[in-house]
Amino acid sequence: MRTRTQENIIEALLKLATSITILTTVGIIGVLLYETIAFFKEVSIIEFLTDLEWTPLFSQKHFGILPLVSGTILTTLIAIGVALPLGLTIAIYLNMYAPKGFRKSFKPMLEVLAAIPTVVYGFFALTVVTPFLRSIYPNLAGFNALSAGIVMGIMIIPFVSSLSEDALYAVPKTLKEASFGMGATRFQTSFKVMVPAASSGIIVSVILAISRAIGETMIVAIAAGQQPRLTFDPTVPIETITAYIVQVSMGDVPHGSLEYRTIFAAGITLFIFTFLLNTLSFWIKKKYQEKYD
Amino acid sequence: MTNALKNKLIDNAFKVFGIICTLFGLVILGILIFNIAEVGLTRIDWNFITSLPSRKAEKAGIYTALMGTVWILFLTAIIAFPIGVGAGIYLEEYGKKSKWANFLEINISNLAGVPSIIYGLLGLEIFVRAFNMGGSILAGSFTLALLILPIIIVSTREALKAVPSSIKDASVALGASKWQTIWNQTLPASIGGVLTGVILAISRAIGETAPLIVVGALAYVPFAPSSPMDEFTVMPIQIFNWVSRPQHEFAVNAAAAIIILLLITFMMNGVAVYYRNKWQKKIKW
Repeated sequence: MRTRTQENIIEALLKLATSITILTTVGIIGVLLYETIAFFKEVSIIEFLTDLEWTPLFSQKHFGILPLVSGTILTTLIAIGVALPLGLTIAIYLNMYAPKGFRKSFKPMLEVLAAIPTVVYGFFALTVVTPFLRSIYPNLAGFNALSAGIVMGIMIIPFVSSLSEDALYAVPKTLKEASFGMGATRFQTSFKVMVPAASSGIIVSVILAISRAIGETMIVAIAAGQQPRLTFDPTVPIETITAYIVQVSMGDVPHGSLEYRTIFAAGITLFIFTFLLNTLSFWIKKKYQEKYD
Repeated sequence: MTNALKNKLIDNAFKVFGIICTLFGLVILGILIFNIAEVGLTRIDWNFITSLPSRKAEKAGIYTALMGTVWILFLTAIIAFPIGVGAGIYLEEYGKKSKWANFLEINISNLAGVPSIIYGLLGLEIFVRAFNMGGSILAGSFTLALLILPIIIVSTREALKAVPSSIKDASVALGASKWQTIWNQTLPASIGGVLTGVILAISRAIGETAPLIVVGALAYVPFAPSSPMDEFTVMPIQIFNWVSRPQHEFAVNAAAAIIILLLITFMMNGVAVYYRNKWQKKIKW
């Protein structure tokens, strides 16, 4: 009898540990909503979505989120522009061309790129990549979206390459052999057979990389500047949603003030973006599994 | 030129391009490490590690930040380890195949995709304000523990999954209860994988900057913390603070601090990988 009670207590404790994950989600959504609702009592949601300026810390206050969103999208696009072609080529190369041992040793080596703290990448962007780009294009500002975006792209290469390679690896061998049997080259097999067959897995890897880039903070906070502006010019200083939250947190903004609430309004915008992307990738993954099982 | 020849040419061109792309990532990694070593290596000495922060770059050290990181490392591990492993065990061994378990799984995979700075906002409202912890080490550790929980849960489940059911079945057949089976058989057999996941998760936590800035870790802390309720700074925030200053001397300090941060990160990753390989080799089902 004693064991029975013991078993029940243990199971209850384990259940409790699991419920923390639910509490975390409830907490995140609750906290963001609570402060954002308070924010929208003072600022109209129409101004938030349509005003073209974001200047909550100045005396002339504007609360338009668009400049922060454009900054976030711009750096993310640059990052994906770097990571997608490189990551996908690496995945195809490792899967179709490279000798067996090569794949085993290079995949973990590339994954080191994802293990480096992002503040280190920020330092690299500001002190190495920006000066290098300025030697080519002197009009580039000291803080700019280009340099931050490129470095962010390098950081997320392993997300694309590793997950895409996993997807290529999961394609049934028979497809590959059939293609070779027809006399196709590795290049033709890669792009006409393998990539289409693994397309859902590759799309998931790209979506996850985008989601990661949108939420990335320290690289843009260090190298992209702190000037929210509605532009897609990669050579001037901009500000992303994440960099704004850091900027406010570094300063001395009193709790409960409107300025304090802006970081939650910015935060919920960020959360919605990443939540939609994550849900989309989860959905694609589910469909994909059904197709192959 | 025949078609076959053309195709062969394209094929080989792409092969070369693939090699270049693969090497590109590694070359950048090399440049990054070489550049930081070149700038910062000469700055590292015993004084740099044991000195308090200072307005003068040549006198400033990382002692308070290093101690802050060590405190955060231990507290985060103590909080996240039992919860993460417990939840992993529950999901893998108890709550399988129900609707509720499915929901939990979706929830955890979503949490893993939430940007770290959002966890900072959560920690700010819940731990710093509601629980009145202030910008303390404890508040920072709780925040980071929640952040790495999904990683620990997923890796724990994977490690448990690798244990063959014959072992569990044998244990149950001998009359062991469910928990006795887990505690005496499944966990010891999978502990290498579990610990590897925990170490990797904590090494991720050490590199985190943004959530700790949001919960109120300070850029300037004059003394090393001595209790979990103290104000603190950590290595990445100290680096961020130095990078943000225009003077070159501070950039040198930042590079030197980065070397130490990278050493800690790589060491933990190395230990995790070594441990995993050893564990995988030792146990052959």
